Amino acid sequence: MKEILKNINKAFENKLRLGIMSALMVNDSLDFIGLKELLDATDGNLASHLRTLETKGYVKFEKDFIDRKPNTRYFITKSGKDAFLKHLKAIEDLLK
Amino acid sequence: MKEKYIEDLKGIREIMDRSSRFVSLSGLSGVAAGIIALLGAYYVYKQIYVELPDLGYNAVAISGTDFWHLIVSAIVIFGLALIVGLYFTWQKAKKTGQRMWDRQAKRTLLNLLIPLLTGGFLCLILLDKGFIGLIAPLTLIFYGLALVNTSKYTLHELRSLGLLEIALGLAATHFIGYGLLFWAIGFGVLHIIYGTMMYFKYGS
Repeated sequence: MKEILKNINKAFENKLRLGIMSALMVNDSLDFIGLKELLDATDGNLASHLRTLETKGYVKFEKDFIDRKPNTRYFITKSGKDAFLKHLKAIEDLLK
Repeated sequence: MKEKYIEDLKGIREIMDRSSRFVSLSGLSGVAAGIIALLGAYYVYKQIYVELPDLGYNAVAISGTDFWHLIVSAIVIFGLALIVGLYFTWQKAKKTGQRMWDRQAKRTLLNLLIPLLTGGFLCLILLDKGFIGLIAPLTLIFYGLALVNTSKYTLHELRSLGLLEIALGLAATHFIGYGLLFWAIGFGVLHIIYGTMMYFKYGS
C-alpha cells in the first residue's frame, strides 16, 4: 500500500491539472483557448496550473502566429507522459 | 479516498473522449437519414427501375433522361439526409452546451469525406460510362470505408456500422440485380437501427 501511494503523483491531485494532462495525452497539441473551453477554466487559473506543470517539465509550449495573432500551443513532454501513466497505474493498483 | 480516485478516472476518460472525439452526433440524425433513404429508394424503384418478372429480379435499364433523373434524385436524397442530420446534431450540441463546429467535428467530417467523395466521383464516372448496376454496391462500400475511417474520431459504433455497410456492398456486387434492395437496407434500415441504438445510449 505504501509502495502504491508513493507512485501517486501530487502534481496530478488537482482536478484542473489532471484535466490538462488527460487532454494533452490524446492530442498532439492544444492551444490555450482550446484548453480553456474544454476544461471550463478561467484564464488565470488555467495559466497558473499550466505553469506548475511546465516547471515540473511535464508540459512545454510553443508560441507562433496565426493570422498575425499570437497563439500558444501546449504539448505534453516525454517525462509528462511517463509521469501520467505511472500515476494512472498507481490509481488502478489502489482500486484493485 | 477510493471514491476520489474513481471520480478522477471518470474525469480523465471524459476529458480524453471530449477532447479527441466528436460526440455531438445525434442518434436521431441517423434515424432521420434512414427514413429519407427508404423513401428515396422507393421513389427511385418506382420511377427508374424496369421490372422484368421472368428473371426474378429487377434488371436495370436506363435512358438519357433517366440518367439525369437519377442524378437529381441522388442529390435531393443526399441533401435532405444531410440537412436533417445536421439539424438533430446541432440540437444535441446546443443541449449539451458544446460547439458543434469544433476541431473534432472538422476532423470527423474531413476523414469521412475523403473516401466518400472518392466513391462519389467514381460512381459518377461509372454512371457516365453506363455501369449503372455497380452504383448501389459501390456507394455502400465507399460509405462503409468512410465510416470505418472516421470512427476513430467520433462514436465507436460507426466502425461496426461501416463494416456492415462494406459487407452489404460486397453482397450487392454479387447479387447485382438486387442493388437497390441492398442499398435500402444499408442506408435505410441500418441507419434507423444504429440511430435508435445511439439515441438510447448517448441521449438526444
